[in-house]
Amino acid sequence: MEWRNLPTALLFIAPASIGYAVFLLWPTLRGIYLSFTDTTAFNAGELVGLENYQRMFADGVFLDSFRVTLYYVLLNIGLQTVLALVVAVLMHRLTQSLVIRGLLLTPYLVSNVVAAMLFLMLLDYQLGFVNAVIDTLGLDRLMFFGSQDLVIPTIAFVNVWRHLGYTALLIFAGLQTIPDNLYEAGRMDGASELTMFRRLTLPLLRPYLGLVLIVTVIGSFQVFDTVSVATQGGPANASNVIQYYIYEVAFSRSYDFGYASAMSVALLVVLAAVSILQFRLTRANTNDMA
Amino acid sequence: MNAITVDPDLQDNLEHPEPATTAPSGSGPRPRRFTWGKAVGWTVMIVMIVITLVPFYWMLRTALSSNSALPGGAADPLPVGFSWGGFERALGLATPQESLAAGGSGAAMNFGRYLVNSIAVATMVTVGQVLFSALAAYAFARMRWPGRDVIFAAFLGGLMVPTIFTLLPNFLLVRDLGLLDTLPGIALPTMLMTPFAIFFMRQFFMGISTEIEEAAMLDGASRIRTFFSIIVPMVSSAVATLGILTYITSWNDYLWPLLVSQTDGSRVLTLALGIFRAQSPQSAPDWPGLMAATLLAALPVLVLYAFFAKRIVNSIGFSGIK
Repeated sequence: MEWRNLPTALLFIAPASIGYAVFLLWPTLRGIYLSFTDTTAFNAGELVGLENYQRMFADGVFLDSFRVTLYYVLLNIGLQTVLALVVAVLMHRLTQSLVIRGLLLTPYLVSNVVAAMLFLMLLDYQLGFVNAVIDTLGLDRLMFFGSQDLVIPTIAFVNVWRHLGYTALLIFAGLQTIPDNLYEAGRMDGASELTMFRRLTLPLLRPYLGLVLIVTVIGSFQVFDTVSVATQGGPANASNVIQYYIYEVAFSRSYDFGYASAMSVALLVVLAAVSILQFRLTRANTNDMA
Repeated sequence: MNAITVDPDLQDNLEHPEPATTAPSGSGPRPRRFTWGKAVGWTVMIVMIVITLVPFYWMLRTALSSNSALPGGAADPLPVGFSWGGFERALGLATPQESLAAGGSGAAMNFGRYLVNSIAVATMVTVGQVLFSALAAYAFARMRWPGRDVIFAAFLGGLMVPTIFTLLPNFLLVRDLGLLDTLPGIALPTMLMTPFAIFFMRQFFMGISTEIEEAAMLDGASRIRTFFSIIVPMVSSAVATLGILTYITSWNDYLWPLLVSQTDGSRVLTLALGIFRAQSPQSAPDWPGLMAATLLAALPVLVLYAFFAKRIVNSIGFSGIK
């Protein structure tokens, strides 16, 4: 231990430590505390024990928003992971063109709000390109954002569009750790590209896929921007995802910060559980190459 | 089935983002051969690129159309009834009467103001976060001091907390500090650090050889001076990459500014766009105006991306996580 370095080191970490303590650690602890109080936007509130949590499990809207969010995450992550894997393998085995990688990443650079606006236009019932094509094909026009059945798949698709290139690049980074000579050896043995994908790429990529899934699932559960701009949770709560419901409870329905915090804690617990489960299932810390 | 059959040696334009994780294979390029697998692969790739880019083109095409002509050509690939009116309404250059007559809401979008606000917030966040995170990362990577590993582990633990969890308490904090509806109020929570920024910079500081640093220290230069005059220039590329990523993230942020901002004085572009959409007549939205506003809001990051695409593309990956 070099004590003489301590003063300089503390000087170096001082601003970041203040940021960490004030805007990350303290709010995390305070959020947990708030969930046991009846704090509102207008008064400090008192401890009320588990009241907020009891209310949560009896709140049909909350339980429904949880179901809606889960449905969204399954669609979003399922489609996104499959497509990103395909694109990443193509980036790896077909062309290493940086231009193509750059083009595919473009949607990730614009905000969720911009993405939502683009698809509100493209999917507009009367004037949207997609419905014009559907109409030309002689089919019935679809209310993508306005239908209770289609709204969650539509939002899931919009976010797949925005995140596909990013996810593919994460997987692509994993693919690059697989030594080229393994593929050459496979080719010598007469293995087809598909066999090599199944027997070589997938097993060696598993730890990376595990990490990618943990990151993307955590992000997916927090979907908010698209809903806020495109649907405001509608129609009839069909897209009332958890984060949007928490926002509404805290800032427009009842200003009930205590209850909103309890729901945030529930979301936190779910995310932690999902991460641990995924880490175990994909054995993300081990790799068959070791 | 033989879906994708590619000759792995046929990698023209070979670009390895990470420094030599695997050496390019030694054998020279072979003549291009047509295979069905390759054709299917390229078809999939091209479809993906088209789906990725068409929405951007459609935004431009619609922004340059006029409301009266749009119903007649919803699938028309070129602007229908070409007009700059959408941009005029988005920028507030049209009078309310003109705007209403052209199918707009009559409400102007104070674009210049929101642009300045977005630039101010993103700049504050980027300069602060990169500087302070780099300082801390240096102490974690290059200095030995008691408690270092414990504190670093605590910082990294912050990566586990979803940003959304801290929003409500941070809102109360910013309110109690009297910073609601101010630009510093929007910037403050991410201005001093993020666990990712520290982690990112630490990876690069770890890679520097100790000799140069020790030579500078022997010369009697202080740690701070060594840091700014010798270390930072050595990792300038990483600093720039982190800066660009931070700027874009901050520029695109929506939920936190939505909580903090209440009036035009602190409204950033993402928020303004949401409001502009809410104001547009719901039964018959002013799509040219909305798409012009969307394009203007996206343009700064797209321009930034056009300049730094290679850097940004290469920065994405789990290079640090082993």
